[in-house]
Amino acid sequence: MATYTLNTPLTDADIEMLRAGDMVLLNGIIYSGRDAAHKKLMELLDKGEPLPFELKGASIYYVGPSPAPPGRPIGSAGPTTSYRMDAYAPRLLSLGLKATIGKGKRSEEVKQAMREHKAVYFGATGGAGALLSKCITASKVIAFDELGPEAVREMTVKDFPLLVINDAFGGELYAKPNIKE
Amino acid sequence: MREINPADISAAVARMCVSANTLLPEDVRKKLEEGYQNETTEAGREIFRQLIENADLSFETKLPLCQDCGMAVFYVEMGEEAHVAGGINKAITEGMIAGYKDGFLRKSLCHPLTRKNTGDNTPAVIHVDHVPGDRVKVSYMAKGGGSENMSRVTMLSPSQGWEGIKKFVVQRVVEAGPNPCPPIILGIGIGGSFELAPKIAKKALLRKLDDTHPDPVIAALEAELLEAVNTLGIGPMGLGGSYTCLGVKIAMAPCHIASLPLAVNVQCHSARHEEAEF
Repeated sequence: MATYTLNTPLTDADIEMLRAGDMVLLNGIIYSGRDAAHKKLMELLDKGEPLPFELKGASIYYVGPSPAPPGRPIGSAGPTTSYRMDAYAPRLLSLGLKATIGKGKRSEEVKQAMREHKAVYFGATGGAGALLSKCITASKVIAFDELGPEAVREMTVKDFPLLVINDAFGGELYAKPNIKE
Repeated sequence: MREINPADISAAVARMCVSANTLLPEDVRKKLEEGYQNETTEAGREIFRQLIENADLSFETKLPLCQDCGMAVFYVEMGEEAHVAGGINKAITEGMIAGYKDGFLRKSLCHPLTRKNTGDNTPAVIHVDHVPGDRVKVSYMAKGGGSENMSRVTMLSPSQGWEGIKKFVVQRVVEAGPNPCPPIILGIGIGGSFELAPKIAKKALLRKLDDTHPDPVIAALEAELLEAVNTLGIGPMGLGGSYTCLGVKIAMAPCHIASLPLAVNVQCHSARHEEAEF
């Protein structure tokens, strides 16, 4: 298992280098999006309208931050559970999304799409929202402001600590439960 | 009748909301430190290290421990000889709204179908039990959506008994896997009715992690479930290890002769709760 420092947007070469268990310190721009925002992104795609950000090479962070107190770019900002975005992720991956960031298991369809379109799934530590917030140096809402915590934000991250949970080759980091029958 | 000033309740509730979301309870903190020392996997120890650092940072900066500041759940023991002008629900709700606003806590409630945010984290979920006396005790819990989604209620058949309960709980933890932010805490409600089982399961999560159930039979069942869940090896954040669960808290109530209701309320490691008495 290796540690890499990567910059967004991510390239196919970045993705091909990564294996489940690797640690990545991510730098650059990432976009927040969770349940309600994904639904709206799908509506835009259905209507043939442009998305609020360039999807090619993009990383989407499944997060709904707490409000920014005065003097800080953002509030607490840890990952939300990813499976709720499984219904939307394959379509976005097929359009060039390179990484999703969250916590918890992904569906077979999402893993398949990651293999097919060269993408990875990163895990951030759930419940470490204050710690992760430190790595977000700027944040602004770029779409769906009416969704409040669920709005799409453009965030600048510095050495954002992530683990590769699912790589583009079928590898997975999560432990398989010991089940006695 | 003893009059309790509703403004005192609102002020204390506002304080509790902010404080619980920025200061990890000492018993939880102790468990995280124990995990950091004893977890068998390096990845697991690293998670504990991050969670301890997160708790320190949250206390210093007042950024919430977790961005999901939860549904605001209250368990109230309302003395029958106590009176709150305007009603206890109003006093709690006003305090909760102020706490979530002033503490920069996330407002996470929305319409179930339109998904429009209610804007102020209302409604609070308030359970009131009427008890003898003239005191009022208000317990607050910030209950996150990720762990709540992994919770289940089921109606077992009486013939399934304890073995059926154990099997269901273990299966639930297996299926939840990394999703609810392990290490988790389990509130188990056994008996009661379809709506009572989850209510007592959640209330059991207010207990201290390091307490022992006063009934030695139930205490032994809690220990048995804890061991069964921790041998699964799911570990912190699902990365493998011996700390999948920090504690199992069981509450029981008599049930119908035809039924065996069971509720499994999954709580994440960020077990935020506080109480105040008036």
